[in-house]
Parts: sequence; structure tokens; C-alpha cells
Amino acid sequence: MSAKNAALQHHFEDLGQQYESSQLGMWAFLVQEILFFGGLFLGYLVYRSSYPEAFKIGSSLLDVKLGGINTAVLIASSLTMALAVYWAQKGDKKKIILFLTLTLILGSTFLGIKVVEYSHKWHHGLVPGEMFAYSGPLADQVRIFYSFYFAMTGMHALHMIIGAGLIVWLMVKAARGRFTAEYSTPVEMFGLYWHFVDIVWIYLFPLLYLIGRS
Amino acid sequence: MDKGFRFFPDQASSVAGDVDLLYFFLVAVSVFFACLIFFLIYLFAVKYRRKSEDDIPKEIEGLLKLEILWSVIPLILVMFVFVWGATLYFDSYTPPKNASEIYVVGKQWMWHIQHPTGQREINELHIPVGQPIKLTMATEDVIHSFFVPAFRLKKDVVPGRYTTMWFEAIKAGEYHLFCAEYCGTKHSQMIGKVVAMEPADYQNWLSGGAASEPMEVTGEKKFQQLACHTCHTDNANARGPSLVGVFGKDVELEGGVKVVVDEEYIRESILTPNAKVAAGYKPVMPTFKGQLTEAGLLQITAYIKSLSKDGSK
Amino acid sequence: MSTAVFKHRADQQAEDNGHTKNYLNAGFSAKSWLLTVDHKRIAILYLISITTMFLLGGIFALVIRLELLTPAGDMLQSETYNKMFTMHGVVMVFFFLIPATPAVFGNFLLPLMIGAKDLAFPRLNLLSWYVFTFGALLGVTAIVFGGVDTGWTFYTPYSSTYANSNVILAALGAFFAGFASILTGLNFIVTIHKMRAPGLTWFRMPLFVWAHYATSIIQVLGTPVVAITIILVALERLFKIGIFDPALGGDPILFQHLFWFYSHPAVYIMILPAMGVISEVICCFARKKIFGYNFIAFSSLAIAMFGFLVWGHHMYTSGQSVYASLVFSVLTFLVAIPSAIKTFNWTATLYKGSISYDAPMIYAIGFLGLFTIGGLTGVFLATLAVDVHVHDTYFVVAHFHYIMVGGAIMGYMAAMHFWWPKITGRLYPEGWARFSALVIFIGFNLTFFPQFIVGYLGMPRRYHAYPEEFQIWNVLSTAGATILGVGYAIPVVYFIWSLRYGAKASANPWKAKGLEWEKADSPPIAHNFEETPVVTEEAYAYEPKRG
Repeated sequence: MSAKNAALQHHFEDLGQQYESSQLGMWAFLVQEILFFGGLFLGYLVYRSSYPEAFKIGSSLLDVKLGGINTAVLIASSLTMALAVYWAQKGDKKKIILFLTLTLILGSTFLGIKVVEYSHKWHHGLVPGEMFAYSGPLADQVRIFYSFYFAMTGMHALHMIIGAGLIVWLMVKAARGRFTAEYSTPVEMFGLYWHFVDIVWIYLFPLLYLIGRS
Repeated sequence: MDKGFRFFPDQASSVAGDVDLLYFFLVAVSVFFACLIFFLIYLFAVKYRRKSEDDIPKEIEGLLKLEILWSVIPLILVMFVFVWGATLYFDSYTPPKNASEIYVVGKQWMWHIQHPTGQREINELHIPVGQPIKLTMATEDVIHSFFVPAFRLKKDVVPGRYTTMWFEAIKAGEYHLFCAEYCGTKHSQMIGKVVAMEPADYQNWLSGGAASEPMEVTGEKKFQQLACHTCHTDNANARGPSLVGVFGKDVELEGGVKVVVDEEYIRESILTPNAKVAAGYKPVMPTFKGQLTEAGLLQITAYIKSLSKDGSK
Repeated sequence: MSTAVFKHRADQQAEDNGHTKNYLNAGFSAKSWLLTVDHKRIAILYLISITTMFLLGGIFALVIRLELLTPAGDMLQSETYNKMFTMHGVVMVFFFLIPATPAVFGNFLLPLMIGAKDLAFPRLNLLSWYVFTFGALLGVTAIVFGGVDTGWTFYTPYSSTYANSNVILAALGAFFAGFASILTGLNFIVTIHKMRAPGLTWFRMPLFVWAHYATSIIQVLGTPVVAITIILVALERLFKIGIFDPALGGDPILFQHLFWFYSHPAVYIMILPAMGVISEVICCFARKKIFGYNFIAFSSLAIAMFGFLVWGHHMYTSGQSVYASLVFSVLTFLVAIPSAIKTFNWTATLYKGSISYDAPMIYAIGFLGLFTIGGLTGVFLATLAVDVHVHDTYFVVAHFHYIMVGGAIMGYMAAMHFWWPKITGRLYPEGWARFSALVIFIGFNLTFFPQFIVGYLGMPRRYHAYPEEFQIWNVLSTAGATILGVGYAIPVVYFIWSLRYGAKASANPWKAKGLEWEKADSPPIAHNFEETPVVTEEAYAYEPKRG
């Protein structure tokens, strides 16, 4: 018993097998996530090709500045997350917590800016539903653009919120000294998740904000 | 009504016999393969019954030749069936040029049918034998499906667009009409009948009953009521393009793309006028959504079509 | 660390009771079940959940058949009838068939078959059961508060705009069941890749494992698409977002594409694991190596892959482009080939075998017969011109019941009997088991074969009332359903009976090959094997090695 690491679960032979399993599991999970967002992307593309004009109008009503800032914020958070993983592999408790905290702050900034954007849309009556008040040309089709906008960015934000929760959990574990040079799997796996969520945004930003903008 | 064991519906359309022939072929192939498998299982089951508790048979790994054989034979068979089925499907897809048109609107839970000559029916469709009929179908609410088992044909009726089907009855009689796509509470009551009549009887039926106004006339009235004619005139500087003679032709859009003026384009132009504006005109037309039922849309379409028939109106 | 304590206590308890230790007597408290991470106990939890759902779905089926005894809709209101067939479909598809074989037998057997102590992620496994059960409870809540009437396919715009029933609740139930299914699939994929015992190469794996591998791929790739689709339908109902609502410029047909992209492969989620079971059972009771191991293994993967490319064959009459229909038709014919290959290989395995007719084998032979009919009638439906006529009629209903009930449930019943001694350590009464297998086979055919005929006659599905000329076939079908109901009730009784009164099972009562039989006790100990087994031979090596 003494030779085994405390982090080794009973059903694995060794830490290597446990690590590889976690890694494969995470990648499979991310493939699943791609298909989840894939449904939305497909729907978006179908309607974009049916209603190019309306999607242009919808897109130009979005705030490119806020979207751009958010893109920068997220890319920065990917960097801090990568650094957290790096220090987790070294087993440096303080630096793990530092970079997780930075990631959390950047993630929260992103979500804060998103809230500001959403509230602007709400005030301008661009939220699909009873309150939808846009009355320019092609109103129905512009509504569909906004349905996709909210569904896609909403799903993305939900992933961010879950991610933020997980960061807190990781910070607690890190503070208790669970991550060592030998065992830092949870931080690494979460890193994959966080990068994935960033990449989704990297696709969302041009699709929603930039393409077809006049 | 016949309450005994029936296996096939009437063969009442020009394609019914072909579909049945393909069906018989499939039944024959299936019976052959099912019997082959059942026979082999039965044979092996009897012949190789376990004789004693510690009986261990010889291993057989598999046989590549056999595997290839029973992969390739079914493959060839199904490809043959594919081609056969696809050919029939393709033929029943494009209506012949001389098909007469009838308009169908599905609505929870009834079928409204309108003949170009103006007769309207509910849950009944009268057609002449020996004449190809093309149905242009729309729905006011959910998806329905127009299904006539005796014709071996069905087609979904999808909201927001037109779907079409065509058939030619070959035998006079009354046949079931079902809604085949689940459409809500009274789905099973959305049924009716198709009455195929000898041409002479059909003419009698057409001329009988209350005098009815042809669809294009009703459509023209709607056209005037909604003041479409104030913009869509023949004047060179009118706000909208003239609709005379445009049906079936290409129209150039802003940006040089060309689209065909068909039922679908007319529908879109009335409901979402600014989606595809003809080149040289401003996107000023208001939408007529909510002011026209599906039947009304079809009437106006019939009117616009009629403008292309004689070209002089 | 905690596991060591757990094991110690479990051993102590078992010894106190004077039994040999196993996973069942490792703990008796509710907590030891509800917080277990043992894949075998989670399998039992799943078994209880899905059996409950099966009985519920079965009751709906009997109500439907009773109503259809007469042409007039005289027993139920149309609205109630519509809810009955919807809930029958939702419960059976999402809460029984999809989880059935993978979540019960896959869960129980995968680690045993590959010589592992557990699945790769035991806590995730437990989570999947909780998520599933939460989904099932949502489904039941939807039923209790008035039901849902959209058909299990949730077609828009009826489901999104017109229906006045608990669509959102039922859809969320399906969503959570799907989530559970993704977790199971993930767990299986990683387990099969990373947890195999020394010597167990890919091509030594039992075909049951291959089948579950293919199934897991579908679960992971398909389910998320239907999940997002379901969410969009819920949003459409709540906020009128317009994506599926033609009145707001949306396209209801897009829903059908997204729905069938998952729901056609979902059929393979139901049938592939059953095919895996059949491979095991036939080899065991013919005492033969499977004929064409590689062909069967790869045909599972081929089915999983091609299964994703054929969804449009549900939409030949929807007005989709004629060329799309042609492509989907040809691909559908191609996906029939791997199934045909499997059927021929199973039959060939019997050749020169030493066949005994215990209940699992009777179910397996029943599966072969019914699946053959189901598969062949699938060819009818792939054929464009024929499908135009029989689409949305009882012909389709009969076809997919031959696959899902005749195939998937026969396979499930075969598994139930085959591994019951392993799971419980008790033998079921063989005579009753053979008798009920026969009753189910006869009842099934009487229920569903007439539906092919009435379907070709033109009787549309989901009809509460129908023209009189269809009655005779419906009477036969209802009579069959009664027999089938009895057939399913008998095993429920004798399985429960055997838990207490059944004879004790030895570790390998069938003299079968496979780690679960040869290296593990009946029932197995909490960690499956006393020591990690080492595999030295191919699967199904019934004939001892020469020399």
C-alpha cells in the first residue's frame, strides 16, 4: 500500500493507466461537446444560407467592440490556464492557485461583458420571444438570427459558468495540496475543457459578429 | 364493406401495379432468404443436437470465400432493388406536362380542395379517370400527409412551403384518403375519399351543383382588394414589376442572381417581399402575412399564372 | 485508502453471515446501494429502473391494443389515445430500449469480460444512473400531470407550437436519459481501450465487447445532437424563437434532419448490444468458436458508421430533394449488408456444433428468426417507391417492432437468462423459462405479423379509429399482444422466485468460455477477480488447444 500513490484509484493498476484513461475520457467528452455545438452550428449555417440578408442585418446590430474585447479576454484566460497546468505538473501549489485565480477573473470578466451585451439587446428588443421589438426589414428572419445568437452564446456561457465552478473546486483541491509533480490530472483535464470552450468562442465570434457585416 | 381477410388495397393508379410488382419481388426474395435461414437453423438444430454432456465439436475458424459470397450476393440483390425502386420513385416525381392542377390545403383536421374551375370540396376529391392530376398542397398549421393507399402514393404537406404530387387514376371508384402524418387530436378523423370518375361522369359532376367562380377570378378579386394592382402595373415607372407573362420565366434579382418565378417564389414574395427583390425595384412592398389564408395565396397564384397563359390581360 | 477499509468491512460482514463474500453481500444498507461505485451494483440499480419503465410502457401498449380491437374509437378519447401511443414510445425508446442491454449487461459484464476491476470511471457510472433516473422521473411526472401527445418523434411544428401537453417535461426527460447514455458510452470506450487484462488483445475480445464498443461510439457521437435539438424545441415552446416555426420563418423539416441524425443510429444503440449477446449465447450453446469473428466484429463498426449516414430514409415523402432521397436510399441498402453478414455467420456457427437448447439459446434462435424478418422488411422500407406507400403505416410499426422487440428485447431476454446465474448466483427454473420463451415468440408474431399486412393495405399509424376493413388484422394483433403480455409476465415472476428458491449456481453452469465464467465466482466478488487474470487464447476457444 505504501508504494502506491494516494491518488491512485482502486481499480487502476498504476498512475499511468489512470492518467491515460482520464485523458481519453476527456477527449471523448470533448468530441461529444463538438457534436452538441455542431447541431447549433449546422442550424446556423442552414439559415444563414437561406436568409443571408437578414443575417447581415442581425450581425451588424451586434457590438463588435465588446465581442472583440471578450475574444481577447478569453484568449488571455487560455494562456493563464495553460500556465496553471504547467505549474500543476511541477507541483507548485502557490503558482497553481495564482493562475487559476487569474483564469477565474478573466472568465468572470468575459461573463460580465456578456451580461452587459445581453442587457443591451434586451433594451433594444432584440431578444426573441414576446418582447421581440425589432421592426425593420425581414423581422422574422432577423429574429431567427437572434435565436441562434442567444442559443449559441448562451450555451457557450453555460459552459463558462460550469467551468468557473470547476476552477473553484480545483482551487480548493490545490490549496489542500492534492496536486503534485506525480499527479495533476484534474488540472490538466480541466485545461483541455477550458481551451475547448475558448475555441468554441473563437468560432462563434466571426460567425456571429464579423461575417457579412457591412 | 368487406370484412374478411384482405391483403392488398385496390390498384387504382397508373403506378399501383408497378409498386405492387416490386413489392411482390421483395416478398419473394424475403421469403426465399427467410426460409433459407430458417431451414438451415432447423437443420443444424436437429442434426447437431448435443449428444453428450462433454461433447466438444471441432473448431471452424470461418471461410473467407463463403463470407465474400454472402456479402456480395445480397449486395448485388439490394443494388438491383435500389435501381428498380429509384426508377419508379423518379417517374412518380415529375408530373407530365398535360397534368391538370388541383389545389389542396390541409388544416387540423380536414382537407380543403379547390379545383381551378372553382369547385371546392372538403375531405373529398373528385377526379377523372385517365387524366394525370397534379396536386399543389399547402397547410395552414402542422405537417399533414396526403395518402391514398389505392394509388400507392403519399406526400407530406409541410407548413411554409408547397409540396406537389401527381397521379393518374385508372379505375373508377371511391378510395380512402388518409392523413398519414400525425397532426394532433383528431388525426384519425382527418380522412376522406378520392372519387375517381369516368370522364363523362366527371364533366357532369363539374357542371352540376352551384355555379362556381374559377380560382383565377377569385384570385383577381383578391388582387384588387389588397390593392396589389396599384403597384404591379404595366407602366414603365410603376413601383412594382408587371406580373404579366412572368410565371415560369427567370427574373433577375438585385445583384444579378436569377430565380424562376414559380408558386414558391410568388408565395415568398407575398409573405416576405424583401427577401428576393427583382432588379431595378426598391424594397418597398409590405408583407401580406396574416391577410391571406393558404387558399387565398393559391388563388392569387392561380391569377398570376393565368396572366401568363394568354398574355393579354 | 477508503476502498481498503470498505473491502475489509465487507469481508467481515460476509464472514459474519457465514457466506462466501461476493458483491451482493458486501453490504446491505441502502447507502451501500445508493452510493455504490461497483459497476455490478449499478447494473442492478439500472435493472430495477428500466424494468419499472418496461412494465409502464407495456401497460400503455396493452391499452393501445385494446382500443384498436374495434374500428371505432370507443374506449378512449382521441386525446387520451394519442397520449397512450406517445408515452408508450417515449418510455420504451428512451427509458427502456436505449439503456436496456448496455446499462444493465454492458455495465455488469464489460469489466468482467476484459478482466478489469471496474469501469474506468466508477463515479461517473453512478452519476449516469442518477441522471437517468432523474430523467425517468421527469418522464413519469409528465405522464402523471396529464401526459404528452406529440408522438415519441416530437415532430415540429406540432410539438413546438400546437400541442397542449407536457412536451417540455417529457423532452427534458429524454434529454437527461440521453445524457446518462453519453456518460455510459464514454465510460465504455475508455474502459475497452485502457482497462483490458494482460494478453487480451483487440481481436481476442468477446464480440459482446466489440458490439458495446460500436454502441458507445454511437452514444457519444449521436446523442449530443438530439440533446441540442430537444433544447431548441423547448426554447421554441417557451420563447417562440422561430427556428422550427414556419409561421416565423423557421423550417420544421430541419428538426426532422436533426432528430433522425440521432434517432436512426439510436436503433443501432438498441440492436448492436443485443447482437453482441447473441454472439456469446450461440457460441456457448453450440460450443463452437464463432464463424467469421473478424467479419462480425467489423460489421458492428460498419453498422455504427453507416448508421450515421442514412437518417434521410425517414423522410422520403417529406418533400426533401429527390437526389437526397436517392443517396439516402442507396446508403440504407449498404447498411443492410453487415446485418446480413452477421445473420449468416451466426447460422454458420451452428454448423457441426454441439447444440443444447437451454432458455438463452431458445431466445437466441428466436432472435435470429425475428431479426431476419425485421431486417428483410427493412429492405422494403429502404426501397424508394415501396416506402412512399408504406411510410407512416402499420408496415413501419411492424418492421421496427420486429427489430426493437423481436431483436433487441429477445437479445435482452437471452442475456437475462444467460447471465442470471452469474448476476444472482441462482439458477432460474429451466422449464418455465423455455415455456415463456415459446409464449413470447408466438405472441410476438401474432401481434406484429398482421401489422405488415394491414400496413400494406394502407392503415396509417397513430390512428385512434380506422375503417372496418382493417379490423380482422387488428383483432389478431390484439390477441397476440395479450399472449405476449403473459409471456413477459412469467419471467418476472420466476426470476423473483429464483432469488430465494432457485438452486445455487456454480461459477460456470453453462461450461462457457470467457473471463466472467472461468475466472470469476457466481456472483463475483466486489472487485471481480482474486487476481488480475491473464488471457492466453482467443475468444470462444471451446476446443482445447492441441499439443
